[in-house]
Amino acid sequence: MSFRNLPLAIDHERDKSTLFTPEIRAAIDKHIAKYPSEWRQSAVMPALTLVQDANGGWLTQALMDDIAVYLDMPPMSVYEVATFYGMYDLEPQGRHKVCVCNSISCMLQGSEELIEHVEHKYGVKPGETTADGRFTLKEVECLGACRDAPAVLLDKTYHEKLSPDALDKLIDDLE
Amino acid sequence: MVESQNTQNQNSVCFRTMHLDEAVRHTLESYRGIGGYAQWERILRERPDPNDLIEEMKISNLRGRGGAGFPTGLKWSFMPRNAPGQKYIVCNSDEGEPGTCKDRDILRYNPHQLIEGMAIAGYCIGATAGYNYIRGEFYEPIARFEGALEEAYAAGLIGKDIQGSGIDFDCYSHMGAGAYICGEETALLESIEGKKGQPRFKPPFPAQYGLFGKPTTINNTESLASVPVILEKGGKWFLEQGRPNNGGLKLFSVSGHVNNPNNFEVPMGTPFRALLEMSGGVKDGKALKAVIPGGSSVPVVPGDLMMDVDMDYDSIAKAGSMLGSGAVIVIAEGTCMVKVLYNLSHFYMHESCGQCTPCREGTGWLARVLHRILDGEGRLEDLGLLDSVAGRIGGRTICALGDAAAMPVQSFLKHYRHEFAYMIEHGRSMMAA
Ligand SMILES: Cc1cc2nc3c(=O)[nH]c(=O)nc-3n(C[C@H](O)[C@H](O)[C@H](O)COP(=O)(O)O)c2cc1C
Ligand code: SF4
Ligand code: FES
Repeated sequence: MSFRNLPLAIDHERDKSTLFTPEIRAAIDKHIAKYPSEWRQSAVMPALTLVQDANGGWLTQALMDDIAVYLDMPPMSVYEVATFYGMYDLEPQGRHKVCVCNSISCMLQGSEELIEHVEHKYGVKPGETTADGRFTLKEVECLGACRDAPAVLLDKTYHEKLSPDALDKLIDDLE
Repeated sequence: MVESQNTQNQNSVCFRTMHLDEAVRHTLESYRGIGGYAQWERILRERPDPNDLIEEMKISNLRGRGGAGFPTGLKWSFMPRNAPGQKYIVCNSDEGEPGTCKDRDILRYNPHQLIEGMAIAGYCIGATAGYNYIRGEFYEPIARFEGALEEAYAAGLIGKDIQGSGIDFDCYSHMGAGAYICGEETALLESIEGKKGQPRFKPPFPAQYGLFGKPTTINNTESLASVPVILEKGGKWFLEQGRPNNGGLKLFSVSGHVNNPNNFEVPMGTPFRALLEMSGGVKDGKALKAVIPGGSSVPVVPGDLMMDVDMDYDSIAKAGSMLGSGAVIVIAEGTCMVKVLYNLSHFYMHESCGQCTPCREGTGWLARVLHRILDGEGRLEDLGLLDSVAGRIGGRTICALGDAAAMPVQSFLKHYRHEFAYMIEHGRSMMAA
């Protein structure tokens, strides 16, 4: 059999106990424990998520390097993961993320109006953050909530069957 | 056949907790109350021959609900169950195919049945560990599933030497982070191994060389959650809910231009007409223009043709499309099909993992050509170009995303070519005329 997938297992010879906070280390360790011991790298996705959440919603290169040390991975492999998946952000973000689904079922139910409405009212294009730093607007692909279209993921919560007015109310309530 | 019996059995498999109080229907207590974990505890007590269970699954004719429709019992029989070493069962809750939103409700409203299904599958294929890969945006469903795992561990239903049976089964969740391609089963395995979600070249197949290099079976959430009910009521019962070669009940996610979009668990072979009625009919009293009957990847079917189609694998195939994941996207009269196709093509361009040249370049070409047609910059030769680009992706790639990108284009051009031609000629949509 030609295909082989072995763990990368790089020893960075750095003290892992100084990385992040004890709470984040404990949370990452809980994920590491789910996988065979030689596959620490399996925790890279939850680790990126935890570290990103604790850093105002985005990842710096220094943070990714620390994750590489913590999980015995080459830094490049962590960058690859962080750039491949849509939920990781490598630039500063607004205090909130407003993710509007633009896939087929939501488009048929008016997601374009939602996006245009937010663009005009708040002066942001998808990918941009409002001048006051309140939120970053994102266009995302199907959220798996198509029966409740149009769907919006606001930070960690789904909001469904939204009209422009209803979305406004949600945005007005953001800090 | 017996219509009344069929309606009665609505919501009787994956959605069988649906009638319970919304606040508690996902709990262990609720699931126990409807006979949950009885099949698993019987297995723990009696340790039946896994081959007998697999045989029952084969009789049920359950076909994979993730999209490919491969018979679940047959898939399980490919596992080298008695080979030494670790083996895995992996559940695919990545649910990213536009139109599909059923697994989310299983996770939210009936997570224990999925855990029971994973445990039974593990027993059948000789796996003592399972992972459920859940897309990262599903914060609430992830919390529900993890809450159910905690309850199941605390009640001694999973873990090591469960109830003194000598049987082990550990179950874990793994969160995705926003990549449709991770729903492809080998990309999903790569993702659990902490890598980019790029599909593997096959062979080797996962049953030989899967997660962490060990024999692995991957099944969709709905497939696995169906297992406890199939064992409880018998493979024959399940088969007879549907039709020969199209067994059981199936979750259909009806979305788009209908009055009451929703998930419906109905017998295979339910007429599309009836499903449309359940969804409250086409929005605003409009006529039905078209239906994409199995998720965004399958060919579109014109509305008048669809009205006579039954919702099962073979009937939909006869109408020139596929049942896929069971996501029924309804499109009303007056919708611009060029715009719809651009939306689909943009999705596949965005989600191509980029490994195969035909898919990476082809999906980009399709989306760009459609974009220029929408912009009023279309050229007469563009229709031929779309046809030929789509034709050169299908069947030439590592995974089925390439085909998924090509099929909508070919079917839209087949049925709605005049709309594309009109837009190229007039620079505006035929629907705006
Ligand atoms: C691009 C692509 C995306 C897919 N997405 C999903 C998905 O979100 N969920 C799923 O269960 N199967 C998905 N599949 C199908 C899986 O590869 C696999 O066939 C399925 O999980 C097997 O389970 P089943 O036999 O129970 O259906 C996808 C396939 C492809 C090619
Ligand atoms: S077909 Fe597309 S998505 Fe699939 S492996 Fe090739 S490039 Fe990646
Ligand atoms: S298309 Fe928007 S949630 Fe699926």
